[in-house]
Amino acid sequence: MSDNQYYYAVARIRSKELSLLDQVFIDQLLGARNIDEALRLLQDKGWHMPDEYTTESERVEKMLAAEKKKTWDLIGELVDDMSVFDVLLTENDYHNLKAAVKEALTSVKHPNIFVEGGTIDPKVMKEAVASRDFGPLPDEMEPVAEKALETLLHTHDGQLTDVIIDKAALSAINDAGKRSGSPVLELYAELKVASADIKTAVRAVKTGKDKNFIKDALAPCKTLNTDKLADAAGEGMEAIYDYLSLTEYSDAVSELKKSPSAFERWCDNLIIRNIRSEITHPYTIGPLAAYIIARENEISTVRIVLSGLINDLPEASVRERAREMYV
Amino acid sequence: MGIALALLGAASAALFAGIGSAIGVGRAGQAAAGLVTEDPSQFSRALILQLLPGTQGIYGLLIAFIALSNIGLLGGQVDTGMSVGTGLMYLFACLPMAFVGLVSAMQQSKASVASIGLVAKRPDQFGKSMIFPAMVETYAILALLISILAINGIPR
Repeated sequence: MSDNQYYYAVARIRSKELSLLDQVFIDQLLGARNIDEALRLLQDKGWHMPDEYTTESERVEKMLAAEKKKTWDLIGELVDDMSVFDVLLTENDYHNLKAAVKEALTSVKHPNIFVEGGTIDPKVMKEAVASRDFGPLPDEMEPVAEKALETLLHTHDGQLTDVIIDKAALSAINDAGKRSGSPVLELYAELKVASADIKTAVRAVKTGKDKNFIKDALAPCKTLNTDKLADAAGEGMEAIYDYLSLTEYSDAVSELKKSPSAFERWCDNLIIRNIRSEITHPYTIGPLAAYIIARENEISTVRIVLSGLINDLPEASVRERAREMYV
Repeated sequence: MGIALALLGAASAALFAGIGSAIGVGRAGQAAAGLVTEDPSQFSRALILQLLPGTQGIYGLLIAFIALSNIGLLGGQVDTGMSVGTGLMYLFACLPMAFVGLVSAMQQSKASVASIGLVAKRPDQFGKSMIFPAMVETYAILALLISILAINGIPR
C-alpha cells in the first residue's frame, strides 16, 4: 500500500500518542495503594470503566478488552485494508487453533480459552477443527491444524502439539511481516520470532530436551542461526549465553541470568525500543503499526500492575515485570 | 512559432507550479484534517501549515501573467511575428518557476505534514513548526526572482 495514503491517519495518531501512558504514569500506577486507586488513575486518563462485573479480575479484564477494542476500532477507521496488520493478529489465530485442537479431543469445554482479535472468527476455527473440515481455515493453517490434531490424537502429547502450532505461528508471523510491506512490521515479526526462539531454546535446556527436538521447534529468522542456537541449547545454558553474545541479542544474556521475568520484559522492551523511531515518521504506515504495538504494550503493563495489586504482590516484583513505554 | 514557444513557457509556469501546489495543499490538507479530527482547536494552525505549499501556484500564475503581458497577449497586441529565438527566451525564462515550483511545492508539503505532526504533539511549538516548511519556500522565491529577471531582460 502506498505511503501516500496515511497523511490523515498519521496526523490523528500523533494526537492520540499524547494520551499514551508514559513511564511517569506507570510509576504512579505502581505506587497506587489499592486496586481502586489504580483504576481511578486510569479512569482519569480516559480508560474505560465497566459498570457490571463480579470480581475485580473480571473488571480489569473487561477494561483491558475495551481498551484493546478502542485501539482496533480507531485503526479500522483509518485504514481500509486491515490485512497489513495481520502480523499483529496472527498470534491470536494460532492460540485459538491450539485451543480448538485441544477442545476437539477432550470432553470438557472451556469457552474462555478462545481469544478475540484474530483474523479468523474463533467459532469458525472451532467448527473447522471439530468437524475435521479444514477448508474454512487459511491455506497455510490447514496442514498445521491437521498435523496438530493427528499428533494429539495418536500421541496424547500436548507439548508436542504446542510445539507444532507455535512453530507454525512464528512462521506465519514472519510471512505476514514480509507481506505487510512495512519495514516496522517486518522488524516486529523478526524480533518476535527471534525472541520466541531464544525462549524456546532456554525452556528446552531447562526441561532437558534433545537437540533434534529443539531444532524442530525453532522457527527460522534472519538474525539468528537456528542450527547454532539448537546446538548451543543441546549443550546447556552457558553455550546459549556464548552463542547469544555473538549475535545482536547479546543484551539478553544478562537478563536471562537475572530471572525469567527479566528476560520476558527484555523481549517486550526490545520491540518497543526498536519501533520508537516511528515517532518521527510523518506519513508512512509505520507510526500506525507502532501505535498499535505501543497500546498492546501498555495494556500488558497495566494488566501486570493491576494483577499485582489484586494479588497483593510486592511492588518490587511487579516493577520488575512492568514494560518500558513507547512515549 | 516564436509566439507559440513563448506561450508554452507561460503555460508551463502556471501549469507545473499549480500542479505542485495542488498536490502539496491536498497532501497537507489530509494531515490537517487528521489533526483537527482529534483537536478542533488546532484548526487555524493546521490551516496555515496547509497553505504553505500553495504559494508556488501563485508564483507560477504571476510569472505566466508577466510573460503573457510582455508578449502582448493580455493587451490584445500579440506579436505574431515573434522570432523563434525570442520565443525560446520566454520559454527558458519561465522554466525555473515551472520546475522549481513543482518540486518545491511537493517537498514543502512533506515538511508541512511533518510540522502538522509536530503541532499535534506540541501545539506550543507552532512558531518553530512553520519555519521548517518555510525554508523550502526560499527556493521557490529564488526561482520566481530568476524568472522575473529573465522575462524582463528579454528585448521587446
